[in-house]
Amino acid sequence: MMINCPHCGNRDSGEFHVRGEAAQRRPDYSEGQDAFAEYVYGRTNIAGIQHEHWYHVAGCRNWLTVERDTRTHAIISVAFAREARP
Amino acid sequence: MSAQHYSIFALARQALAKHRGWTPAWHNAAPRERYDIIVIGGGGHGLATAYYLAKVFGQKSVAVLEKGWIGGGNAGRNTTIIRSNYLTPANIPFYEMSLKLWEGLEQDLNYNAMVSQRGVLNLFHSDEQRDAHERRGNAMRLHGVDAELLDTAAVRKMASFLDFENARFPIYGGLLQKRGGTARHDAVVWGFARAAAALGVDIIQNCEVTGFVRDAQGQITAVETSRGQIGASKVGMAVAGNSSRVAALADLRLPIESHVLQAFVSEGLKPVVPGVITFGAGHFYISQSDKGGLVFGGDLDGYKSYAQRGNLPIVEDVCEEAMALMPMVGRARLLRSWGGIMDMTMDGSPIIDRTPVPGLYFNGGWCYGGFKATPASGWCFAHLLARDEPHPVAAAHRLDRFAAGHLIDEKGAGAQPNLQ
Repeated sequence: MMINCPHCGNRDSGEFHVRGEAAQRRPDYSEGQDAFAEYVYGRTNIAGIQHEHWYHVAGCRNWLTVERDTRTHAIISVAFAREARP
Repeated sequence: MSAQHYSIFALARQALAKHRGWTPAWHNAAPRERYDIIVIGGGGHGLATAYYLAKVFGQKSVAVLEKGWIGGGNAGRNTTIIRSNYLTPANIPFYEMSLKLWEGLEQDLNYNAMVSQRGVLNLFHSDEQRDAHERRGNAMRLHGVDAELLDTAAVRKMASFLDFENARFPIYGGLLQKRGGTARHDAVVWGFARAAAALGVDIIQNCEVTGFVRDAQGQITAVETSRGQIGASKVGMAVAGNSSRVAALADLRLPIESHVLQAFVSEGLKPVVPGVITFGAGHFYISQSDKGGLVFGGDLDGYKSYAQRGNLPIVEDVCEEAMALMPMVGRARLLRSWGGIMDMTMDGSPIIDRTPVPGLYFNGGWCYGGFKATPASGWCFAHLLARDEPHPVAAAHRLDRFAAGHLIDEKGAGAQPNLQ
């Protein structure tokens, strides 16, 4: 698997660290305990195209939002996480 | 349908008749209109559930729905290890129940599952790791499970080929569970399928569940499948690897991520690895099949996947660990590698529980540990389905334990499924 880092170019996935689903949103404190439990432990875990966060730990150390198909490992798009918020 | 009894006499009789009298091991059923209990997933866990529902809990109307064929999923993709060397008070009794069931399984099923208690040896490579293994061994022994702490000399006696003087990871000893070992993965599902079918369970292959039918109260009344609608009073999911996909059909979101785990087998060799050996300085385990191939594996690839295949960095990583542990393995050629999809939970322990949807029950989140759990998982899930209350050894494996804070945190890795 190769990830086309917007800063470094096409690099081996071994240079990256995966964080998980990018759509998870930290709830507001007022939303209560259930919302936080869902945020920490709940996962959509779809078989299909999802947005996820990867960290280019052995490269530019940018956080990236990667659009990837979990059924095939095909990568559809890569962008800086600060710019792409699904 | 009553099955043929397998024995040395049956074999001799069939040999004299040129093996023309064997009948299929189980009946390939077509779906009926409705069942009392439907188990989704014809893997080891689903079939074991159906078998114990019929055998132990007296259920007469049970069906197993399998989207592919029996033995075609994770039952055919694991590394066949059985053991109960766990640490937490919730997991030890459960896995020990499983190991005890393994010990009598072949006689119970009248099927040769090739259960071989050749021992599981976890190596350690530092004083700190020795302490951790000693603690684990003590926890096991307090629960009545066998565990022995071996020093270097004792390990050397068992497996002289290991790299004891490795500069970075010298071997300081190991924790041995002699009752652990391996079993033949295909034979386990075939044996459970045959024994369940003989007790009247319908095993329906090529039947994918595509939806749930619910009444006004939300109660499950039927499942939609690729072979039509099938009515059911209770539905149990045993589809680890795809749990989130099936749960989504009932609008449930689970504390599970699906990850790919690779495994490898070498060309066939003469007997060389005495049991199951694990490398404590990384994550690597190896055993030798009865055919002679070295069966081994290591870490998850680390990213979510339903692809049933992994990538090369893990191939490299696993082979490096193999070389660090037993350099002689470098002379063997790799025959095959494959990937299976693991239900990784947020604490590394499984879930057997009701769901918030009335009539829908859940068995999943087996992480890497599903194969060894097969018999106890089936028994406990059957208990839950038949009696609507958890089996005592699986009472802690609840779906709501994450929100409640009662995690069964075997490894203490936190809500990071790819590190469990």
